[in-house]
Amino acid sequence: MTKTIIPVGPYHPLQEEPEFFKLLVEGEKVLEIEIEIGYNHRGIEKIAESKSYDQVIFLVERVCGICSTSHPIACVNALEDLADIKVPERALYIRSIIAELERLHSHLLWLGLAGHFIGYNTVWMWAWKYREPVLDIFEKITGNRQHYAMMKAGGVRRDIDNNDIPHIMKMVDNLLPALDLFMGAVMDDPVIAARTKGVGVLTREDVIEYGAVGPTARASGVAIDVRKDDPYAAYPLVEWKVITQEEGDVFAKIVVRILEMYESVKVIKQCLEKLKVVGGEIDAKIKEFPPGEGIGRGEAPRGEVFHYIRSDGSNRPVRYKIRAPSYMNVPTNQKSVLGGSVSDATITLAAVDPCYCCTERVAVVDRKTGKKGLTGQDLIKLSQEKTARIKRDLV
Amino acid sequence: MAEEILARIKDRFSTRVLKVFEKSPRRIYIDFDSKYVPEVVNFIFRDLGGRLSTVTGIDTRKNIELLYHFSFDSSGTIISLRTLIDRNNPEIESVTPIIRGAEWIEREINELFGVNFIGHPCLKRLLLSKDWPEGKYPLRRE
Repeated sequence: MTKTIIPVGPYHPLQEEPEFFKLLVEGEKVLEIEIEIGYNHRGIEKIAESKSYDQVIFLVERVCGICSTSHPIACVNALEDLADIKVPERALYIRSIIAELERLHSHLLWLGLAGHFIGYNTVWMWAWKYREPVLDIFEKITGNRQHYAMMKAGGVRRDIDNNDIPHIMKMVDNLLPALDLFMGAVMDDPVIAARTKGVGVLTREDVIEYGAVGPTARASGVAIDVRKDDPYAAYPLVEWKVITQEEGDVFAKIVVRILEMYESVKVIKQCLEKLKVVGGEIDAKIKEFPPGEGIGRGEAPRGEVFHYIRSDGSNRPVRYKIRAPSYMNVPTNQKSVLGGSVSDATITLAAVDPCYCCTERVAVVDRKTGKKGLTGQDLIKLSQEKTARIKRDLV
Repeated sequence: MAEEILARIKDRFSTRVLKVFEKSPRRIYIDFDSKYVPEVVNFIFRDLGGRLSTVTGIDTRKNIELLYHFSFDSSGTIISLRTLIDRNNPEIESVTPIIRGAEWIEREINELFGVNFIGHPCLKRLLLSKDWPEGKYPLRRE
């Protein structure tokens, strides 16, 4: 049988981090996968060396468009580690509210796209419908729907007006029926089970070998979560739990993310309650940073964000190192996609929650003739047709 | 917990530990000579269960400094192995054969600092474009 190479990626106007997957396939089966990145390397670490610490926080907010507050959180954690600063309690609650709202909108975005890939466009529409109110809450609190600019070394830039709390609480409560809807749909639907159970399995050993983080690790039974392990913001002050699943397949990754959204709602509601009683400053008003080094971490929707700062005592970093979670998660596709079928590749690649838009640009090329066979649209169609087939067979 | 990990490292590598700096209870830096790095990394990863978060490279103008950040998730501790390598001939043994997840990290440091990771299975470019000139390292301070 002819072996063919399927290039997945790298460019799409909507992508926030382009990636390029080269799948070597024989018939339907994926034999090898090669991953290329670097299409969007903007030299942010180098640029950071020419910015003041205040500016660096805005700069790192631009690392990612979807989880835009994760990097500022890791950055302020690193700066606070460097200068040994205690943050006012009210600011801690506000930080957690922003971070969890972000997890909600990011997981909803992912859920919608995952639904689209396996041919459940209703899930896509509904998930994005319920993502909108989350962005509305952001607009209410921060003035922005994306890039909230809330973090500041020693606190937050903007307070939450206590008069707004009942309204925000109501909007967050309204998400719960939607989450129940998604949970029910995923748990009970035999077709979703057929398309995702046992597909793209990542074992516990693979997670450890590759150093995977976030939901990708937790869906394989590795209970790591920076919020619990290396607590920051208000996470040690409120009740919530780390969600894990044992199977490591796409289904487990869906379940982990949906259950995490319930935990996010729990955290946000407790933090809002605390804001009613905890008043005071929201900023420790830092004047300068000492020479030395600092490490800050944060749990982004996709996993651990790691920032390292080296300071010489001036107002700019000497070295600024950033490691985003997808950097560790994307290589795990070398394990999870292998041996699966092409129609499962889209959902498996998407299951680690990298940038899905890559898959919009898929083309199947015959290795001998170089002729294009399938476009990105075709691959998604292939995946959707498989779902339709399973549906028919079930009836 | 952090003390226990530190004690085990000190116990195992006693005289090879050049310096220990405890920045805060959950942030510890340990200095080693570069020739012992693979052995120490292997011990931390296999025996102590540390997760390699990332490796930071820094050009200090005198040396190339490498920091291997290991996260111990059950205690939230980060132990960073610090090692200095010669700036004119920067090379160190690769840890990718020990930890699969180090592959991209070492490739990135290779192209940005020009560090040669001996024994790396595929030391090609990761982020820089194909037309970037050979021998120019963007994060070096020239």
